[in-house]
This record gives sequence, structure tokens and C-alpha cells, in this order.
Amino acid sequence: MWRFVTPLVLFGLLVAVFVKGLDPERNLNELPSPFVGKTAPTFDLPGLKDPSTRVGTALYEGETALINVWATWCVGCRQEHDFLLQLSREDVVPIVGINWRDNRDEALRWLAQLGDPYVASGYDGDGRVGIDWGVYGAPETFLVGRDGTVLHKHLGPLDRRIWEEDFMPLIDADGRGGK
Amino acid sequence: MIPEIGHFALILALALAICQAAWPLVGAQRGDAAMMAVARPAAIGQFVFVGVAFACLTWSFLESDFSVLYVANHSQLALPTMYKISAVWGAHEGSLVLWILLLALWTVLVCRFSGELPQPFAARVIGVLGLLSVGFLLFTLLTSNPFERLIPAPPDGADLNPLLQDPGLAIHPPLLYTGYVGFSVAFAFAIAAMLSGNLDQNWARWTRPWTTWAWLFLTVGIALGSWWAYYELGWGGWWFWDPVENASFMPWLAGTALIHSLAVTEKRGLFKSWTLLLAIAAFSLSLLGTFLLRSGILISVHAFAVDPERGLFILAFLTVVIGGALGLYAWRAPALDSAAGFRPLSRETFLLLNNVLLVIATTLILGGTLAPLFVELFTGGKISVGPPYFDVAFAIPMLPLVFLIGVGMHTVWRSQPPGTLSKTLKYPALVAVVLGIVIPLFIYGSGSVLLVVGVISAIWIMAASLVHPIRSWRRAEGSTRITRGVLGMSIAHFGVGLFVLGVAIVSSFSIEADRSMRPGESIDVAGFSFELRGLQNVQGPNYQAIEGEVDVRRNGEFVTQLRPQKRTYLVQQSPMTEAGIDAGWNRDLFVALGDPLGDGAWSVRVQYKPLIRFIWLGAFIMAIGGIVAASDRRYRLTAPVREAQRKLAGEPA
Repeated sequence: MWRFVTPLVLFGLLVAVFVKGLDPERNLNELPSPFVGKTAPTFDLPGLKDPSTRVGTALYEGETALINVWATWCVGCRQEHDFLLQLSREDVVPIVGINWRDNRDEALRWLAQLGDPYVASGYDGDGRVGIDWGVYGAPETFLVGRDGTVLHKHLGPLDRRIWEEDFMPLIDADGRGGK
Repeated sequence: MIPEIGHFALILALALAICQAAWPLVGAQRGDAAMMAVARPAAIGQFVFVGVAFACLTWSFLESDFSVLYVANHSQLALPTMYKISAVWGAHEGSLVLWILLLALWTVLVCRFSGELPQPFAARVIGVLGLLSVGFLLFTLLTSNPFERLIPAPPDGADLNPLLQDPGLAIHPPLLYTGYVGFSVAFAFAIAAMLSGNLDQNWARWTRPWTTWAWLFLTVGIALGSWWAYYELGWGGWWFWDPVENASFMPWLAGTALIHSLAVTEKRGLFKSWTLLLAIAAFSLSLLGTFLLRSGILISVHAFAVDPERGLFILAFLTVVIGGALGLYAWRAPALDSAAGFRPLSRETFLLLNNVLLVIATTLILGGTLAPLFVELFTGGKISVGPPYFDVAFAIPMLPLVFLIGVGMHTVWRSQPPGTLSKTLKYPALVAVVLGIVIPLFIYGSGSVLLVVGVISAIWIMAASLVHPIRSWRRAEGSTRITRGVLGMSIAHFGVGLFVLGVAIVSSFSIEADRSMRPGESIDVAGFSFELRGLQNVQGPNYQAIEGEVDVRRNGEFVTQLRPQKRTYLVQQSPMTEAGIDAGWNRDLFVALGDPLGDGAWSVRVQYKPLIRFIWLGAFIMAIGGIVAASDRRYRLTAPVREAQRKLAGEPA
């Protein structure tokens, strides 16, 4: 009898592993980015809060800036949100948001409830800018240097340790933001 | 308008698929003939509407309608027409539509050729295929709609991935999918048998030709993929144990095991529950393969939420289909065991060994493919499992298998007298040993133990495969001729031999050289001199290329000119290597351009690949064997005729 149930049990274990594998909080920074060291793609999106304004590359030209890809359906984004708020209070670099494949109303509600760490967020509802930037999934954060090259790309939620280890040295080397 | 028609056709197809699943399955349970009669018209209607949807998507590509998001992301104006068509299945959404179209096509064929089946059984088979369609259509419509609009439309599209702009890769996915989806027929037959609780030998006979057709498409699809990787990736390798390749190879191995175990179930009524399990496994591995890897879930497994609903939907669907099938198996299979016996030296034993070895190989490959995921989840570390593991893990079960094939195909059912076996195999064995030593030592001039073993086993299979056809050919007029089944088996096994020979020779005698070359310089590889004459710019329809002109000479005599290219596709700005290859039956000469090294020098890779064509030729011959075997007339005879024939001829072989 048991030998007929074994395949089902093994498959059940496999499914359990896959469920765990789909967990959005897995850290996958080993994914190589073809963009690091290259000029960042330009973008120009309608603003999230006011669609008549434009949010894009022009906003941070000549500055070191953080481009953060986020969405309300993304658990990792919620996780990193508090840290982004801290960062924005410390005012190290401007944080520009790309609201990716999201619903505008829900995104606005999210910012109203949790706080808004972004200088501005662009609304990329169909994910077209996400494609230009090679976005695998949210959250993704790009550090763009003063000369417009991508200095670093981080997949998954940001936290203080990652920030101090991976971002700060690059920001210092790039001239501590500002002009 | 056209995309909306396509979208609407998909929705109608879903509605019909639901009818195709619900009425026949319930009808079969209740014994209601009217309900069961819904199966065929619903399936044909579903096929028509999926066909309309597919045509609409193709039309959107041909018209470069960039207001369709999927078209805008995977095409552009300058894309050659052929690739506009192949771009339809060039990414996740469209490849799903192709998958559904092929599933509907298989279903229609089942409707057409299932007249002989008892009505409840046919209704269940078509109903199960309908359930699968429902799943795929829901998945497409809810998470991956290929007809989604992009307003305003961009002036030009983002272009098809340059890697896919290649004739080999244009036809590779349809063939591969035909194979994957074809296993769903064997799967549906297995589910129908378990639902009805009646699994007789007829079941195996009905399932066999379908499985063989699916298997042979998968064989050709995999071979084309390997061929493409060889000339397009610019490394000169032909198999990389990449997860994507493994995903197609695992169902192939399980399907190969299934073909063999079906033979035992049909002829002897043995291995019933095992055959059922293999039928479930072959299709489950196809599902796992396509969805984990080809259509973007690799990104969900290896990365994180690509699009949260998509990953979860796939997983839920897999769980329902595979879990449901295995649950049914756990419930029904125990009743199916049979008690017929066989001797240790008999065809049953060899087919059992075949199955055990193929399943070991499948399991080892599955383990290697999933190991990085397991290790990461349970230890947080990262590992990569590559060719060193797979080469060994695959060779261990395959070496004995290759030797057993030669013996197994000359055994008879139940009990094989050892005397006749050794008489039959004496000459093939002699030929194999002699040629196995002569070929490496005298033609290629060296030999290691592994190489000699490889060549001996290859010649052994080929020689043993020739025994049946030669005997049939030499037999006097009027005596019984070889059946298509035996001929097909002999051809397919001969293909295995060619394949093994190709692998053994290529892996031992390939010569590769990477050099920095300037125009006018030349290098010698394997007795050929390759002279880089010059480099020029070439303008393609949607790319620019630098093309090298390489003259190949042997002993001063001109052999051929190769023109390897380094292309840059304009929209995606990605560099591609287009190798220059001179193909011969006994060797390929391969030149690929690397990168410019400054000062007019280029890195150039030159390779000499003996017998590499045998690898793909072997696979194609296996597929031809499949066609021959599947066309055996006993699959087409109606039941009464077969019964009469059986009475006349006694027990079939």
C-alpha cells in the first residue's frame, strides 16, 4: 500500500519547497546585472501623485541618486519601507521611486498610510520602464552616480547593514551626492 | 479590434473547454451517453477558437501592432517576417497560446482517432484533456494575457531577443511543445483508466502510438535545441546541462521509459501500476519543465516575485494536476497488480532494467537541477551544479543501459533460451570489439579505456540493431516479414548507437584553439590551416555585423571559406556570435569571432569537431524509428479484426 502513496508524498514535499522558493523575501543578490558600470537607461514617467507632472532622469541629473522600484503587492517593499523613510530623513541621496506594475489608487493609499520617502515617484503601470531597467521583480534598488552610470544594483529589501556595506562606500567615492 | 477578437476567442475557448471537461466526465460517471457526446464537438470548437486567437496574435505581429503590449515588447518594424511569426511564441504569453493550441490540436486528433474506444473511456480522455485546457486558458487569461493593450502605442517595438532570431530556434519550440503536450494524451489515458478502474491490455495498446508520437517530437525538438546551442552560442558545445535543457531532457527520459514499459503492459499485462506512474511522470515533468523554466517561472524560483500571482497560479495548477493524478494513483493503483511471472532471462527482465536505469538517470538529473534551490532554502548557501556532476551522474546508469539494449532487443517474452541468444549476438559482439579498437586507434590515432568502451558499445548497438532487418531481408519470399514495430525499434536503437558513437568521438578528439589573430595571420588546427583574410562590416536587416573571412586549406589546397560574424542588434544593443561552420559528415570546422583586442587583432576560436553530426543524426534516426513503430498496422486494426487475427496467429510476439 505504502509504495503507491510514496509518489504523492514526495510530490507534496516538492511543492512545499516550491512554496518556500516563491517567498518574495528571498535574497538573490547574486543575480548579475548587465547594467552595473553602464550608463543608466533614461526614463520619463507621469508622476504618481499628479499625472500631469513628469518624473524621470531629469530629476537627478548630475547627482548621486537612488532609484527604487516598488509596488504595493510586493511584500519586500513593505519590509524595506521604514528603512527608506529613515534614509529620506537623513537626506543622504535623493530617492526616486518607480511605482511598477501597480494600481495608482492603491499606491497613493500606501504612501498616505506608510509615509512617502521619495522625492517623487513615477507611475510605470505597464512595466515598460521596468523592462528598460532590466527589473526582475520588486523591490529593486539602483544607485546611479553623478555621471549617470549605474554604480550598484540591489535586489530585494534594503536594510541598514546592506546600506552601510554596499551603498555607502560607493556614495562616498562618488562625491557624497549633491553638486 | 483584431487583438480584442483574439482575446474574446480565448474566452470562448475557455467556456468550451469547461464544457469539454464537465459534461463528458460527469456523463461517464453516470453512464449518460448524451452528456458524453458533448466531448467531441466541444473539443473541436475549442480548437477553432484557440486557432482564431493564435491567428489574431500572429496578425498583430505581422502588422507590427505595437499597441499590443506583447508585440511591442517582442518585435520591431525591421524584424524579418519569419521572426515576426516565430516571435509569437518567443516569450511567456505567446508561448502559452502556442501550448494551448497544440493541446487543442492533440485533443482533436484524439477525437478523430478514438472511434474504437468505448464511449465512457473516450469521454474521460477528452474530458481530462479539457481540464488541462481549462487550467492553461485560465492561466493565460488571468495572469498572462497576450492581447493586453499599450496605449499610446510606441513608434517601434523593443525587438525580439536576438538569441531567438535564428531559423533553428524558430521551429524548435513548436516541436518541443508538441512533444511536451503530446505526453498529456498518455496522461489523460492513464487518468481515464484509473477513473474507470479498468486497465486492461487494450489500454496500453491505445496509449502506445500516442506516446511514441509525442516522444519522437520531443526527440527532434531537443536535438534542434542542441544544434542551435552549438552554432549560435559560439562555444562549440552541444549540451550544457543547463536547467532549461534538463527540463526538456527529464520528460524525454521518463517518456522513453514509458514507451518501453507500455510494451510490457500491452504484451504481457505486467507492470501496470508502474506504467501508469510513468505516464503521470512524463507529463508532470513536462509541466514542471515548461513552467519552472521556459516561461519565466525560473525567474520566480530563482528570483522572487516576478509577478506574484503568476508564480502562485502555476504552483497551484501543478499541485492540482500532479497532486490529483498521484492521489488517484494512490487510491486506484493497488488494485491493478497482476501476478503473471517471467524468468530472469526474458524480455521482461531487460525492459525492467531499461526502466530502472532510465528512472535513475531522470532522478539524478532532477536532483541536480533542484539541488541549488534546496541548498539555498535549507542552508542559505549557494551552489551551482554543473557538467562535472551531470556527466558522471548520467554516465553511470547509461553505460550498462547501452550494453543491455543490444541483448534486450533479441530476447523473447517469458523465457529466453540462452543458446539462441548467444548464437544471435556472437557476430555483433565480434564486430563491436574489432571496430571498437580499430576506429579509435587506426582512424583517430589514440585510445583511452573510456573511449574504447564508448566506441565498442556504440558499434555493438548498431550491429545488434541490424540483426532483425538483415534476417528479414535474407529470408525467402513468402515467409513472415519484419513488423513495423520491430523495424521501428531496430531503427531507433541504431540511432542510439550513432548518437553514442558521435558523443564518444567528439568528446575525445575535438580540437579547440583560441588565438589572437590579425588579418593575414593563420593557425593550424587538426591538419587544417585557417587564415584570417580580412574583416568587413556587414549590414543586416536589424543588426550590424563584423564579418571575418577565413580561408581554410589542407596541405595547401583550398577547402572552404568560413564567414563568422559578430553581430550587434540595433534595438537591444546586444552582441551575438554567429559562428562560421563547414559541416561534413565526418567533421565540422568551426570558427567564431571573439572580441576585438585592439590594433586590428581579434580573438578567434577555431574548432575541429569529428563526427559531431552523428549526435543529431542519431536523434533524428531515433525519431524516424518512432514514426515507423507508431505506424504499425496493429494500432489501426479494429478490435474484431485483431481478435480474429490473434486466433489465427496464436500469441502475438
